[in-house]
Amino acid sequence: MAAEAPALAELGQVPWRQRTDERYLRRYARTWTLWTILYAIPFPAAAVVLLLLEPLSAPVAIACLAHGWVIPELYAYRGASVLRPKGPRNERSEPAAQGFLGDLLGHESRELHRETGLALERSDMGVWLIGEAGALLLPDGGRRVHCFCVRTTDSELPPSDRIAHLLLALRTDEGGFATVANHAFCGAPWRVRRRLPAGMRPGLDAARAAARAA
Amino acid sequence: MSRLIRMDATGHSTLAEWTTEDAPAFETAVRAFRAQLDLGYIGVLDLGKGKAEQVRELPRDAGLVIMRRPIAGG
Repeated sequence: MAAEAPALAELGQVPWRQRTDERYLRRYARTWTLWTILYAIPFPAAAVVLLLLEPLSAPVAIACLAHGWVIPELYAYRGASVLRPKGPRNERSEPAAQGFLGDLLGHESRELHRETGLALERSDMGVWLIGEAGALLLPDGGRRVHCFCVRTTDSELPPSDRIAHLLLALRTDEGGFATVANHAFCGAPWRVRRRLPAGMRPGLDAARAAARAA
Repeated sequence: MSRLIRMDATGHSTLAEWTTEDAPAFETAVRAFRAQLDLGYIGVLDLGKGKAEQVRELPRDAGLVIMRRPIAGG
């Protein structure tokens, strides 16, 4: 008899969701790409048609091009935002929380967390980069990033404890963790990277390198 | 020495400590563990190597049991 997969307790909050696995993520990525094409392409196409019909409509054509550029950028911004620091800093208790998180992490990931505020975790689905209120997943190869919005329900925790909460949930049940989290963006890592705070970009670079090496 | 800790606003708090031979200390730890479950905390045993396990009863031989809050999609 096959061993039963561990189930995250929080899965009970989202009984309507299909459990996330690698196949689901590949299908989700294809759908996201198709959707991006569907909403982005009509704007430059409309700009070209307008210019061909009437060159004096150039200002409207430029507005169409701007729409076609801005909307995908807003989605990428939403993806990057899952890693941005949120909530109280709790500077008095943060050192204790950081020490505890450091005990959970390996040496390499501990150093990366001190540098960027993000925790890197290799797992079955790929490489995770965990922030205070969200996580990125780079499947093997590192050509695509899934951005998840997920947080602990206690907002008073120091930042490192919020990361430790997500890390322990991820380690308990990776598929369950990805199921509970809300998908915020899926696309090329460079689109998210340029929207990240500069201090966090080395974290994404390290995660991408680890995913490429896998 | 086994420890039961809770992640909270102070960073973390040690709720109980016990050894496998110290039955009264373990009973105290079990009561503390159940009280935290009643408050909505979740017990986790970090197994190392990127794995952890949710526990509903306090394992006597565990090194470190961590109480965490539930997570939710943002």
